[in-house]
Amino acid sequence: MTDTTDDQSKKIPLQKGTEAAKAPADPAPLLRVRGLVRHFPITKGLLKRQTGAVQAVDGIDFDVRPGETLGVVGESGCGKSTMGRLITRLDEPTGGSIEFQGRDITHLSPGRLRPMRRDVQMIFQDPYGSLNPRHTIGGIVSTPFRLQGVEPEGGVKKEVQRLLELVGLSPEHYNRYPHEFSGGQRQRIGIARALALKPKLVVADEPVSALDVSIQAQVVNLMDDLQEELGLTYVIIAHDLSVIRHVSDRIAVMYLGKIVELSDRKALYETPMHPYTKALLSAVPVPDPKRRTQRDRILLKGDVPSPIDPPSGCRFRTRCWKATEVCATTEPPLVALRTGHQVACHHPENAGDPAPAAAPPAEGPAGSKASTGE
Amino acid sequence: MTDSSEDTKGTAAAAPEKAAQPAAFLDVRDLKVHFPTDDGVVKSVDGLTFSLEKGKTLGIVGESGSGKSVTSLAVMGLHRAARQQRSKVTMSGEIWLDGKELVSADPDEVRRLRGREMAMIFQDPLSALHPFYSVGTQIVEAYRVHHAVDKKTARKRAVEMLDRVGIPQPDKRVDDHPHQFSGGMRQRAMIAMALVNNPELLIADEPTTALDVTVQAQILDLIRDLQKEFGSAVIIITHDLGVVAELADDLLVMYGGRCVERGPAEKVFSAPQHPYTWGLLGSMPRIDRDQTDRLIPVKGSPPSLINVPSGCAFNPRCPYADVPEDNLTRTVRPELREVGGGHFSACHLPQEERERIWTEEIAPKL
Repeated sequence: MTDTTDDQSKKIPLQKGTEAAKAPADPAPLLRVRGLVRHFPITKGLLKRQTGAVQAVDGIDFDVRPGETLGVVGESGCGKSTMGRLITRLDEPTGGSIEFQGRDITHLSPGRLRPMRRDVQMIFQDPYGSLNPRHTIGGIVSTPFRLQGVEPEGGVKKEVQRLLELVGLSPEHYNRYPHEFSGGQRQRIGIARALALKPKLVVADEPVSALDVSIQAQVVNLMDDLQEELGLTYVIIAHDLSVIRHVSDRIAVMYLGKIVELSDRKALYETPMHPYTKALLSAVPVPDPKRRTQRDRILLKGDVPSPIDPPSGCRFRTRCWKATEVCATTEPPLVALRTGHQVACHHPENAGDPAPAAAPPAEGPAGSKASTGE
Repeated sequence: MTDSSEDTKGTAAAAPEKAAQPAAFLDVRDLKVHFPTDDGVVKSVDGLTFSLEKGKTLGIVGESGSGKSVTSLAVMGLHRAARQQRSKVTMSGEIWLDGKELVSADPDEVRRLRGREMAMIFQDPLSALHPFYSVGTQIVEAYRVHHAVDKKTARKRAVEMLDRVGIPQPDKRVDDHPHQFSGGMRQRAMIAMALVNNPELLIADEPTTALDVTVQAQILDLIRDLQKEFGSAVIIITHDLGVVAELADDLLVMYGGRCVERGPAEKVFSAPQHPYTWGLLGSMPRIDRDQTDRLIPVKGSPPSLINVPSGCAFNPRCPYADVPEDNLTRTVRPELREVGGGHFSACHLPQEERERIWTEEIAPKL
């Protein structure tokens, strides 16, 4: 899948239209991921023989366009965080390719990665674990400058204080320690650090899930403002579908190491096509007691299967109410059933006009319901 | 499984002196729980009053540090042990459960009630279940503490309960250890353990926070079904207004150790009467709306419980703190006042003003 476009691809935007399989008329993607795989080996015995692998991420394709926010949702264990660590190259992929601004960074050595690190930054989930308690705020936020050997205009201290102000903290906080701050303030510090080197892409892994609702809204708004002000591109990984709906332009839904649906926000929430997405959306409690009775909720049975030994064919079939025999034998590819709406399913929902590629042959109609393997 | 196993229970629960007090099944009055620390007294709960009937569900919402979990532990009498040892928790007020007062009661008396009349589901089932013992053993223990039955009968009961909460192959899984269960199943096992004695009051403290949405939906359904079946009173404590909207009949909003608003869930959601509740609703991204505008967060952060702001605890964060005259919000602590139909609010804003702000300024933006 990796048509290795080199550095020039972004300088010659005219060629992009010829690239197959992608929505046409895209600007050159900032990040291009093809067939990304990460398997964590499971070893046994003294000799550490490999006996299996946790297939955390198992072949995913997506693009991140400049200036957009791509939301990635899924339940725990679906591989969304591993994906985040792979695209920031905090972890080494087992297979596939990652291109950042047209440059293949899949297997770059740490030294060669360093210049790229300036452009790709990460915001972490836990504002308590991600700040060194023995460093001052000034020290923490200025670390990126030190590591990259960058001397900002007007000196490091001035720049750090500007950053603190940018994220809504006071410049006087420069000499304080993390324990003096609340969770929301700490998350702001993490954001200031991520923005220090003026990155192009910011990957945020559950940036607000550790925060209280009222604080969560402050941080979400802050990230919104910063995107507008600095022209950032975000990949936001979260399990909270309401937050994702609020922040994202496009959304990828992951299940057991695969992207099952990738679409723009409106289409995904209004006409979800993958049964899993539909079930996921219907499961979110709505803060309106009046709607309690009138909702048709799809209750999935059982739990997510183990990523060590995922089901054959479609990985969702063991919990899917529409599963038929094809689902067990053939893995559905992620195809665009509508413009900008890609789904990996043999029996998509809301597919009004029959899909071009994914001809769903009516096998045993409703009869062969999925045996929920529990 | 309901009536047949009532046998031993009837005698103890046959309310000794109902004369003393209230009609409500659970009645909490002016509850205060204070923890003295080196930095000062932490007033985790500072004057909380509510009541709950059998068969009803009360949702307690609030952010971290608002005192919601401490309230539940106080009702369960779980601070008492601490009180007798080093840390000097001070508890005052009254907690009436089915005609018995718990705050001043003998610890042994409370222990007899705990598990049988009232039970609790905790947030994190992995740390609430003992890793060394099988799930079955733990449920059997919970049952035999309150029922004089042999192990075989108790085990039968444990299997029955696991089956009821939807564990597949309960007769096999009963011998599994907690680590062999998935997160959702562990939470089910804990619910089974909590319900094994048919408690009349069930407290669920963030029962689904650690779970994925699809599993959360299963567990919420389970709690709702079980409540219908057993007719118990349920308190559900959470920070998630969505969860409360799914389950609760009544809603209590806590802030800084106090109740700021309380009433029927539908009223609190459709016409909330406290600026903090508005703030919570405005902070929340909605799954059911394609809203791209900014969220409306509450400015600032929650108060320290050592140094709660004088007057209304919410005043430093309240956009309307200056509306009432004479600096009232900063000097006088607002009382809970009824605004109609069992709906109470503790706010100094005149009611007409509050209603105007809600309908004209807040509601259109949500």
